[in-house]
Amino acid sequence: MQTVVETQLQLSNPAAASLEAAVGNTPLLRLQRVTSRLSAKVQVLAKAEWFNPSGSVKDRPALNILRAAICDGGLAQGRRLLDSTSGNMGIAYATFGAAMGIPVTLALPANASPERIAILRALGAEIVLTDPSEGSDGALRVARRMAQEQPERYFYANQYDNPANWQAHYFGTGPEIVGQTQGKVTHFVAGLGTSGTLIGVGRYLRQYHPSIQLIAVQPDSPFHGLEGLKHIPSAIQPGIFDPDLSDRTIAVSTEAAYEMTRRLAREEGLFVGISSGAAAAAALQVAQELDEGVVVTIFPDAGYKYLSDKELWE
Amino acid sequence: MPTLRIPAPLRSYTNGQSEVTVNGQTVEEALQDLLKKYPTLKPHLYNSNGGLRPFVNLFLGENNIKDLQGLGTPLKEEDRLLLIPSIAGGSEA
Repeated sequence: MQTVVETQLQLSNPAAASLEAAVGNTPLLRLQRVTSRLSAKVQVLAKAEWFNPSGSVKDRPALNILRAAICDGGLAQGRRLLDSTSGNMGIAYATFGAAMGIPVTLALPANASPERIAILRALGAEIVLTDPSEGSDGALRVARRMAQEQPERYFYANQYDNPANWQAHYFGTGPEIVGQTQGKVTHFVAGLGTSGTLIGVGRYLRQYHPSIQLIAVQPDSPFHGLEGLKHIPSAIQPGIFDPDLSDRTIAVSTEAAYEMTRRLAREEGLFVGISSGAAAAAALQVAQELDEGVVVTIFPDAGYKYLSDKELWE
Repeated sequence: MPTLRIPAPLRSYTNGQSEVTVNGQTVEEALQDLLKKYPTLKPHLYNSNGGLRPFVNLFLGENNIKDLQGLGTPLKEEDRLLLIPSIAGGSEA
């Protein structure tokens, strides 16, 4: 005779009205084992941003940029959305562009992973591969030139300078963090790419409670393997970046981020990307200095798009 | 002599040069010659154990040297090596 076990499972949410409705409200996960040496009164929590529909934190700014452009007419008259990207932002644009019927053109360095290029092509995006020696700044310059040469063809979304980028985090990610920690967040740690996450969440948290510490994370060297992160002193500085907002900057080596990425997979069951490893390494450094506190960070994406990087997982 | 293309972030260590002519019969010898000319590049390319840092990729034509003979890959006079970081495990030059 079969025994029916009563579980605590809740009924699923009703069907979402659109893909857009599934953006944000990502889980905030407590790290359990990599934090074993911390004070018992210190928590390290991470926003699991791969729960967004296109698989990364970039759904938030991409959707907000698209909505702003639709509202102000930037995408009128059949213009294509154009931007430079090293991957995740392009996947987010391509996802929502497909869902909204907006054509998307992306400039990305030719050394972007085969997985990313394949995903972008599957979503129907037009891809312009740029000189890998010039990195993400090279892709940015190509997109800028294309926009200048054909303004009637392109709406240049310009994620590095577009205020809709950081505003997505100000109105979304920031309030979510305050709500999910019941207002107890004491430190916020985020990697710098466009800087949109740190600036948007940081401004919200500063208004919520001025004593909350904001910590920026960047690569320790201009030449690095931390996908999605920028070494700000040697890169084109994003227009939305505010160097005075954060209290502190932590530099993380590629090797330390790789090591932490492996630990998150093997000790926490969190199969995340390299920039999550960098964020966790910095968040743990901050947490180790505390007697009590709630340290929140962002895990931008999952590990699937990094599988071809054999050195990372071995 | 083979040439080595320098990525933008490292040009501040090569006096702004984007291409450097190097001596060497193998990729390893070419890199050693590069470091002889520009010693401050070393910590960006090599770790403290003397191995290449994990994200450093060298392409000979379309091929990553990791898929050829690694640092022992032979070089011809007219070869052009491309030095790039992996982004998201990038492997296409």
